Amino acid sequence: MSRNILSQKTYWFIAFLLIILFILPGAIPRFYTYILAIIFVTSLLVMSLNIVVGHGGLFQFHHGAFYGVGAYTFALFLTKTSLPVWIAFLSGPVFAAIAGMIIGMFCVRLTRLYFGMLQISLGSLLWAITFRWYSLTGGDDGIHGIVMPPLISSLNNAYYFILILTILSIIVMYLIFKSPFGTTLQAIRDNPERCEAIGINVRRHQLVAIIIATFFAGIAGVLFVVLEGSVFPDLLFWVFSLEIFIMCLLGGWFTFAGPIIGAAVMVSLRTFVGIYTEYWTLILGVILILLIFFLPEGLWGYLMEKLGEHPKQSLKEGN
Amino acid sequence: MLHLENIYKSFDNFIAVNGANLTVKKGELVAVIGPNGAGKTTIFNLITGQLKPDNGRVVFKDEDINKLSAYQICRRGIARSFQIANIFPRLTVFKNVQVSVLSQEGKSKTLFYPAKKIAVEKTNSILESVGLTDKAEYPAASLAHGDQRVLEIAIALGNKPELLILDEPTAGMSPDETSATMKLIKDLSESQGLTILFCEHDMEVVFNVAQSIMVMHQGETIIQGSPEEVRNSKDVQECYLGVG
Repeated sequence: MSRNILSQKTYWFIAFLLIILFILPGAIPRFYTYILAIIFVTSLLVMSLNIVVGHGGLFQFHHGAFYGVGAYTFALFLTKTSLPVWIAFLSGPVFAAIAGMIIGMFCVRLTRLYFGMLQISLGSLLWAITFRWYSLTGGDDGIHGIVMPPLISSLNNAYYFILILTILSIIVMYLIFKSPFGTTLQAIRDNPERCEAIGINVRRHQLVAIIIATFFAGIAGVLFVVLEGSVFPDLLFWVFSLEIFIMCLLGGWFTFAGPIIGAAVMVSLRTFVGIYTEYWTLILGVILILLIFFLPEGLWGYLMEKLGEHPKQSLKEGN
Repeated sequence: MLHLENIYKSFDNFIAVNGANLTVKKGELVAVIGPNGAGKTTIFNLITGQLKPDNGRVVFKDEDINKLSAYQICRRGIARSFQIANIFPRLTVFKNVQVSVLSQEGKSKTLFYPAKKIAVEKTNSILESVGLTDKAEYPAASLAHGDQRVLEIAIALGNKPELLILDEPTAGMSPDETSATMKLIKDLSESQGLTILFCEHDMEVVFNVAQSIMVMHQGETIIQGSPEEVRNSKDVQECYLGVG
């Protein structure tokens, strides 16, 4: 019974949080509005990563590549073509998903660590192309000063646009998480061999999961451009992918909402610690070590366990 | 229904199965027995596609299934349990079985419909038939070993198989759990008319329930016949029962 009360509380909490988030931009300095928007974008990106990592059990080591593809596609459509804006918006996630499908088709043939290694190499290939193809991508300079449609050109409007799209995406991801597809995906994470034996085409299921995840990474990429008005090759660099991977673990990769916490904590730390020291990566390393030793289930996973969401292990002891 | 003809399988230089033959008729409860390392599990892996035979034929319902992959074989109507508890540890007991029912109904890929509204009745009835209803909402990893093994069988049942293959279903169980599980298997065979193929090394268990027994020794089929025939076979006594 405690579970129902808890989930009702959760609804109230979410509603409360959303109201705050909608009021905030009027009450806080621009800088914080900007940071919040960055957190939304990163949350969406990390949640999309968690579809494959946490729910699918795949070592998606270079998810940032698809974020970059989404961002660059959007930027290029806006600056190099005169197509309507909505086509540019849509093309970001679609191209990201296509890249995800192509790279995923090679990767799902391998398992575990080899999957991750191949993905780093293929993703880095995308990075190298972006980095070198000056005439198209602007090379290491990237593309700056991209003009947004008037409706979302001010920071506050961009904030609301990002917030709403992030919420919508999260809702869709939640539906997928709770669907038969999502349940089966989690079963594959737990035990792929058993899934084969109950008639599930494991590779194809994993590939579809990757396509879905990269699609949402593409949306995050588009939102990043909406906020920043620029793109640069660092978005596709493997170090960034590692960072979002850690956010995923930090938040709690077996939970649905954990990645939001992970993203919020890491983005805040990077911003505010970054003011005092340039050795941000050092702090990142320490966080990672602490995480492995003390919170293998992540922050959210730890909280849930404490709050009794999962009746963990209790049965065994009860016997 | 299932027919194995002269199956060979070797790993590097070790010959695991060296000419095995097996026939399972519809509705039968068939046991494979043999000492450790006789090739029982290998045979099962060859039937369900986890392994491919080097030589010989596996025929299921008049179709050669040698070349099919594991999930395709499952879709032809063969489900199995494994020797070690092979479950989905992080999912609830309910979901463990539901995943299998969803797969059987071809709904694994449904994206935008809540899973909690699909295949619920079927899943619950399977849980009830194996006696796990009261543990449905617990994570599978938290079950006791015996219950995990029963859950294994429940997952296999979710596929609504025509042929159910159980690899040492009572391994590691207490005597109580063993007899409960054997009763369950007998029930499934008698009341639901399932065709069941299983292996065991507890002799008593096998001779009590099986209608047909196949004896393996060092990868070879020595005999397949009724419990009576097997008990009286000289060959079996010599190489397996050690009475000879």
